[in-house]
Amino acid sequence: MAGIAGYGAFIPRRRITTEEIARQWGKDPGTIQRGLMLKEKSVPGFDEDTITISVAAGRAALARAGVSPSRVGAVYIGSESHPYAVKPSGTVVAEALGIGPEVHVADFEFACKAGTEAMFVALALVESGRVDYALAVGADTSQGAPDDALEYSASAGGAAFLFGRDDPLVEVVDTISFTTDTPDFWRREGEFYPRHGGRFTGEPAYFKHVTEATTRILDKTGLKPEDFRFVVFHMPNGKFPLSVGKSLGFTREQIDPGWVVPTMGNTYSGSSPTGLAAVLDVADPDDLILITSFGSGAGSDSFVLRATGLLPQRRGLAPSVRSMLDGPRRYVTYGEYAKYREKIIVND
Amino acid sequence: MPSPRYWREIPSRYRLEATRCGDCGRVSYPPRRICPECRSTDGETIELSHEGRVLTYTVVHVPPDDFLMEAPYALAVVETPEGARMMVQVADCDPASVEAGMMVALEFRLIRREGKGGILCYGYKAVPAYPMGGEAEAELRSKESEVAHA
Repeated sequence: MAGIAGYGAFIPRRRITTEEIARQWGKDPGTIQRGLMLKEKSVPGFDEDTITISVAAGRAALARAGVSPSRVGAVYIGSESHPYAVKPSGTVVAEALGIGPEVHVADFEFACKAGTEAMFVALALVESGRVDYALAVGADTSQGAPDDALEYSASAGGAAFLFGRDDPLVEVVDTISFTTDTPDFWRREGEFYPRHGGRFTGEPAYFKHVTEATTRILDKTGLKPEDFRFVVFHMPNGKFPLSVGKSLGFTREQIDPGWVVPTMGNTYSGSSPTGLAAVLDVADPDDLILITSFGSGAGSDSFVLRATGLLPQRRGLAPSVRSMLDGPRRYVTYGEYAKYREKIIVND
Repeated sequence: MPSPRYWREIPSRYRLEATRCGDCGRVSYPPRRICPECRSTDGETIELSHEGRVLTYTVVHVPPDDFLMEAPYALAVVETPEGARMMVQVADCDPASVEAGMMVALEFRLIRREGKGGILCYGYKAVPAYPMGGEAEAELRSKESEVAHA
């Protein structure tokens, strides 16, 4: 059975607190922290982007898999912050990891679910037998407009998954995609910041698609919420994944290990993939894991996974998500954050 | 840097490829066709470890135009376990905390942008050798203090 042969994640080391952003805009930090359930978020430096995050996460995935880069036949990068408008992120990532040149490379975009979209296609190529291994990455250095609710959550990070048929750390039991045309969040060509439909991003968008995809994959596999040890939902803020999880019958014990958003923020395409990586850091053999992503526009991908006996043996070969979240980090002021995120206009 | 030159240097800039001399064993980075030590042309391509030790450093306060927004930053000569030496920026830390003997990891980063509309140039920067876990961190810290007291 095809599955995940290796995984890895990367989270930049700078942080800004919800309190610091709220203070800048004259908002009450306590109200924002309680409403969005966010404490702080990661901030990329000038030298970090979707490409550098993908390389770091991809290197960790290859290390855990113990696979030669020359055997990787496809590299797919899902992001909504590809550094170039025209020129693939994947070519740089493949070269840096020593993959190719006999390799199929593509960049994916689908708001916050570009990462699981890349995973979906990578898995299908491996299952078809067309390639031995396929690398899928979800990574972003997301932007939120100043003084927008998104500014408290939009952060940077990502995760990479190497799919293969031999010796998987995690087997893929089943997948499903649920997609409709829903204009809840968008960014037009040439616009710097995305826009969104406020409350419209909730019920008709996030909750409908996550609920539909999850319900359908449970029906398809004949599994019930209590059969799973862990579940990961896309994390646009702290509250949404807890609400949708509760309504679907999942408990906090199943959600919490992958609920990385309170201290990481929403890494967009990297959000649910990084949550999955955090779960793989602690899962035991035979644990069932459910992940449902969400991308505005809108759609959700669900994966049912089962951990194998190899997972505990291999996870120590690269840093864990929690070690990056809780490890050494630098807190920046709003002024430094505005500089790093290039919100300040300077002369050439 | 013109794009063709950047493109030619991709193997060493993206993958830390170096040359190990087949006769005297000297490791050259970036790669050399002729060993600068013994003039041998019998070299093999190796990939350097993504870690090293700071030999010496300086802090740049008045940088070239492409690095204006990053100042002040530390620039260090780092030696990898293979014996190769390279000059790299030290990122993700207070430049004042950089010191000789410090253990670093080499991470793939955006080095510079060719102006507003030009290509993006990637390569490696050093970052303080962050821990992989409790024991690994303790081991690294003790190595650092050994070097500092040597």
